[in-house]
Amino acid sequence: MTHRTAFLNARLIDPATGMDAVGDLLVEGSRIADFGPGLLANGAPEGAERVDCAGLTLSPGLVDLRAAVGEPGFEHNETIQTASRSAAAGGITALAALPNTDPVIDDLAGLEFIARRARETKRVKIFAYAAATRETAGKELTEIGLLAEAGAIGFTDGGPIADPALMRRLLAYASAFGQTIFQHPSEPRLAGGVMNAGEMATRLGLGGIPGMAEVIMLERDLRLVEMTGGRYHAANISTAESVNVIRRAKARGIRITCDTAPPYFALTERDVGDYRTFFKLSPPLRSDSDRQAIVEGLADGTIDAITSDHQPHDQDSKRVPFAQAAFGAVGFETLLPLALELVHKGQLPLSRALAALTHIPADILGLKSLGRLTKGGPADLVLFDADRPWCVEADKLASKSKNCCFDRRPVQGMVMRTVVDGRTVFTHAG
Amino acid sequence: MATHPHDIDGRAETFHHRHLLGITGLTAPEINLLLDLADRYVDQNRAGGKSDILAGRTIVNLFFENSTRTRTSFELAARRLGADCINMSVDGSSVKKGETLIDTAMTLNAMHLDALVVRHQESGAPKLLADKVNCAVLNAGDGQHEHPTQALLDALTIRRRLGTLKGLTVAICGDILHSRVARSNIHLLNIMGAQVRVVAPPTLLPSAIGELSVEVHHSMKTGLKDADIVMMLRLQLERMQGQFLPSQREYFRFFGLDYDKLAVAKPGALIMHPGPMNRGVEIDSLVADDIHRSVILQQVELGVAVRMACLDLLVRNGTNR
Repeated sequence: MTHRTAFLNARLIDPATGMDAVGDLLVEGSRIADFGPGLLANGAPEGAERVDCAGLTLSPGLVDLRAAVGEPGFEHNETIQTASRSAAAGGITALAALPNTDPVIDDLAGLEFIARRARETKRVKIFAYAAATRETAGKELTEIGLLAEAGAIGFTDGGPIADPALMRRLLAYASAFGQTIFQHPSEPRLAGGVMNAGEMATRLGLGGIPGMAEVIMLERDLRLVEMTGGRYHAANISTAESVNVIRRAKARGIRITCDTAPPYFALTERDVGDYRTFFKLSPPLRSDSDRQAIVEGLADGTIDAITSDHQPHDQDSKRVPFAQAAFGAVGFETLLPLALELVHKGQLPLSRALAALTHIPADILGLKSLGRLTKGGPADLVLFDADRPWCVEADKLASKSKNCCFDRRPVQGMVMRTVVDGRTVFTHAG
Repeated sequence: MATHPHDIDGRAETFHHRHLLGITGLTAPEINLLLDLADRYVDQNRAGGKSDILAGRTIVNLFFENSTRTRTSFELAARRLGADCINMSVDGSSVKKGETLIDTAMTLNAMHLDALVVRHQESGAPKLLADKVNCAVLNAGDGQHEHPTQALLDALTIRRRLGTLKGLTVAICGDILHSRVARSNIHLLNIMGAQVRVVAPPTLLPSAIGELSVEVHHSMKTGLKDADIVMMLRLQLERMQGQFLPSQREYFRFFGLDYDKLAVAKPGALIMHPGPMNRGVEIDSLVADDIHRSVILQQVELGVAVRMACLDLLVRNGTNR
């Protein structure tokens, strides 16, 4: 008989429908059989595994728009195995893996490799981006049609696609196949530095990356989107002016989406402090007014989604002078608590925070059945205690790399259980 | 001496152009006149006949761009009308733009030619020459602008097979962006009352192509649906190297004509190609060689007759001035 799990007495939240009610949810095999208030008032069906949620929140599993998973080529930083374990611990049930690996995922064989490794690992759902340009060199289109047929979830170079003529053709070409270009908006000829351009960079004597590097690329891209009718998503929005630009573009009716990651609403350039390389990110941590604008952008929906932007790097690539250190931080296990921090501060309603982590990123990826609670839909769930306080400890993260920029930060909100296709892939030990 | 078909028709007055620089500017009756005349030359050519109505006239083929098919076709056309035909191939790299082109024109003009057949890599070059010389100028393909005799021979091929152009649905597929053949055909088919579709990836479509009275499709499935004619364009292999298209195999998979994609067109839909073909790139060999569907070789045959009609009308019009 099909395995059944009864989640009893949970606060059921489905941001896609606005549902927020105490009730029960029944999983049959890999699917959600039913859910709602009083569903299992007479007890769990016989033979079903019982999970007493004790009023904790049960929501769709998180869908992470963007993460580096180490394979192929950077297995010393992360493997699909360790990334999956870390993601599951963070309540993430589906993630999209970046293609800027070694070799780059720019052909069918690369896509098949990721798919095979994900099948073997069988923990969270891993989708793969394909590179938008060959070798992510920014010069030639990849086989977007064939790669899309083979299951590429979208097209990105990870880093910026700089050449405007190529970007124009990419947007136009990909649109014929219904595919989205995911851009990391940063004009490389302005972004030669290593941290946010400003007083801090000047005092530290470090090269600055001006916020305008992001804004200029974004504005250029939005014009190209208008020109081509292409599908476009801007990753990692980090400046106040970027939020303004996107807000105005959306008001003009341009159909684009964007995301940000927790460092950009939880940290600032001040956190770089005394050359702390774990705070070296791309884009760089910005000023506090930028940070506040990101929070506002999330609150009013200008910024659609929150991603982990998980970028694992080993100790050696961070234990070097700041300018030589790698960009990026791990992010799976801090994604939900940092998003909840905005909820606890009263800056974001819980439903909006969860929407930015579940059905909205799923929709951006075209995964219309994920990130929501649906009868008959996949049982991808996260059970979490939204209030439980804990302290981030980088050494205890499941990720192979520990380059966490929230080490020792007190947070609230703990993942208790993660379920993918009805299988429990993580339970909190304590 | 063969009777001159033009005289039989007696409609010379209806063709008032000095030059043939493009399809733009021609009317449906003028196009029909050219096609009617060409029809008669087809019969004459098949009967092995030769005419001498342009005896003593001098026609120069001035080709700034490599061409074997079109140049040979014009040369044959001129000779079958009894004209003296001289080929001048100009190495594009040794000829400077602007004044030098006009210098060339003035030099040729001084030799009292009757017609100048011009192919040039720059759009508008035949027009520049036409403004400077006293003889008729025929555009044999300029840049990405027009290739009027190709569109006329395509029209004749369709008309001889299906009786008319009016009301037909024609899908022009492939590299529209760089194609003068596509532009001339779009103009001609619209003038003659056909429904024109262009089918290509967005990177191979010029901006605002929709303003040229065509339906724009990015998929062969919708673009070929119920089409009477499928016109494939040659794809230059250098377009495949990542700037416009990712690869040859992806192009063939989504835009190459094979029986699978052809299945949605009308049963018996005709397949055309201006040549030379890239087999396995824009067209599958089986389709290209299908004697029931493919009219590609007939296009070549009718090309000579169409060029005879054009030279005939223009050179004789020149005499009347």
